Amino acid sequence: MKVPLSRLAHTRSGDKGDLSNIGVIAWKEDYYAILLREVTADRVKAHFGDLVRGRVERYELPNLASLNFLLYEALDGGGTISLRTDAQGKTHGASLLALEIDVRPGEL
Amino acid sequence: MIRIANGQGFWGDWLEAPVRLVEQGPLDYLMLDYLAEVTMSILQKQKAADPALGYARDFPPLIGRIAKRIRERRVRVLANAGGVNAIACAKEVRRLAPDLKVAVVLGDDILASLDALLAAGHQMCNMDTGAPLSTIRDRIQSANAYLGAFPIAQALATGADVIITGRCTDSALALAPMIHEFGWRETDHHLLSAGTVAGHIIECGAQCTGGNCQVDWPSIPDLANIGFPIVEMEPDGSFAVTKHPGAGGRIDTAVVKEQLLYEIGDPVRYTMADCVADFTTIQLSDDGPGRVRCTGVRGLPAPPTLKLSMSYHYGWKAIGTLVFTWPQALAKAQTADRIVRTHLDQLGLHFEKIHTEFFGVNACLGPNAPPTPDPAEVELRIGVRGPDRKAVDRFTRELIPLVLNGPPGATGYGEGRPKAREIVAYWPALIPREAIHPHVEVVE
Repeated sequence: MKVPLSRLAHTRSGDKGDLSNIGVIAWKEDYYAILLREVTADRVKAHFGDLVRGRVERYELPNLASLNFLLYEALDGGGTISLRTDAQGKTHGASLLALEIDVRPGEL
Repeated sequence: MIRIANGQGFWGDWLEAPVRLVEQGPLDYLMLDYLAEVTMSILQKQKAADPALGYARDFPPLIGRIAKRIRERRVRVLANAGGVNAIACAKEVRRLAPDLKVAVVLGDDILASLDALLAAGHQMCNMDTGAPLSTIRDRIQSANAYLGAFPIAQALATGADVIITGRCTDSALALAPMIHEFGWRETDHHLLSAGTVAGHIIECGAQCTGGNCQVDWPSIPDLANIGFPIVEMEPDGSFAVTKHPGAGGRIDTAVVKEQLLYEIGDPVRYTMADCVADFTTIQLSDDGPGRVRCTGVRGLPAPPTLKLSMSYHYGWKAIGTLVFTWPQALAKAQTADRIVRTHLDQLGLHFEKIHTEFFGVNACLGPNAPPTPDPAEVELRIGVRGPDRKAVDRFTRELIPLVLNGPPGATGYGEGRPKAREIVAYWPALIPREAIHPHVEVVE
């Protein structure tokens, strides 16, 4: 079964220079294993397409049932340089909520 | 236990928040964060124009407004409002609140000693690109070190009611009272990490009490009267995050987790001037309504370097908008975009970048925007940037003529043509901490 990431997690995003970061927080501790399996750096990179020119790194915080993603070259130069409406990556977290996640029977 | 509140997450945050914090309940310390990454360059320009300026001008009137209350309740204030002229800021605070004792933390501003530091062999390479500072030396507009909490704790030891700093790490404003009250030392890196995590949670103000929060946001109570955060810190480094009873917003573990992950990098190495906190050791639990408990924080000793925040002239930019109405609003906006680009080509203008967004269709979400068949209106938003101010200025003339000369139904030009604005960019770098000399002065 496919569900949007919003069914499993909530997110917050922000910036550091030309990098944006997205915190992905499981709604329930049980969902953390699904996030670990499904929400890979490669999938996040593919999700953003041309918006993110650099690499994507994933960090794990099992104590908070959360993942942290760093998106490089994600903000058209970032801060004051960027010409984007969302120069700070504030919407990147919301955007990721639409990611389609494969959930196995009984996992939800 | 001490209570530390944050009443300002950035310069421009809600003006009533610090006033409500001191009026609605008990506090020991009130921190206020005013400095974003490129604020310092604006303040350097203001100081160059008038030697009595160069600080956050919102701050002295705020202290004037709450002076009586903080004296009665013995609340001490810590703010990085000093910008590049903490002494001038302190004098203005003394003028408006003569009964308060004011101390400043200095030594973060290294603009005047930049050449000496370069000559001493400090390359101050850009942390993101690796480029040496010498490539942009002649365009530097401000240069500051992020100071840690120990000099701020020294300022508290003078007995001052108000501590004003220039650039320091945001979390240091929260950590300094803990060092001062509990006698934490430089070697107490687990405790310093706990204080740093507490500071990180509250440094963006109401972002940890229900602001900008996805956790069932329509049900978050009374955002109009949102309570700003308070940390109740114990000497052993365990703490609670809460707000005054009756204030709006929500605090629970889910809300606090969102803020813990906000603007962090590698969670195992959250590197500040005073310690390296390990966010994978944080244990959170709900501790009654509107209260989250945090324990278990571990960390590593402070790094041998301090981070520098420099700003430099990068170029010029302008962003203009026009609104096109239904029907076929997107097609009209796309046609107008092509006309503007054709004109820029014909004029032989060159830019580092021309960027177009169709606001209401895909401006923020790009490839992930949900479908919007024939929307009611679309805002065309075109931006350019480059080194040549004249080219950017010429671009600003190209949008409004399309109201008469382009596709039908253009409006929303009432603000006139856009302005060319200077781009002041950020240059993060590192320097050995021995090269920076913080010191404290009491301002009479």
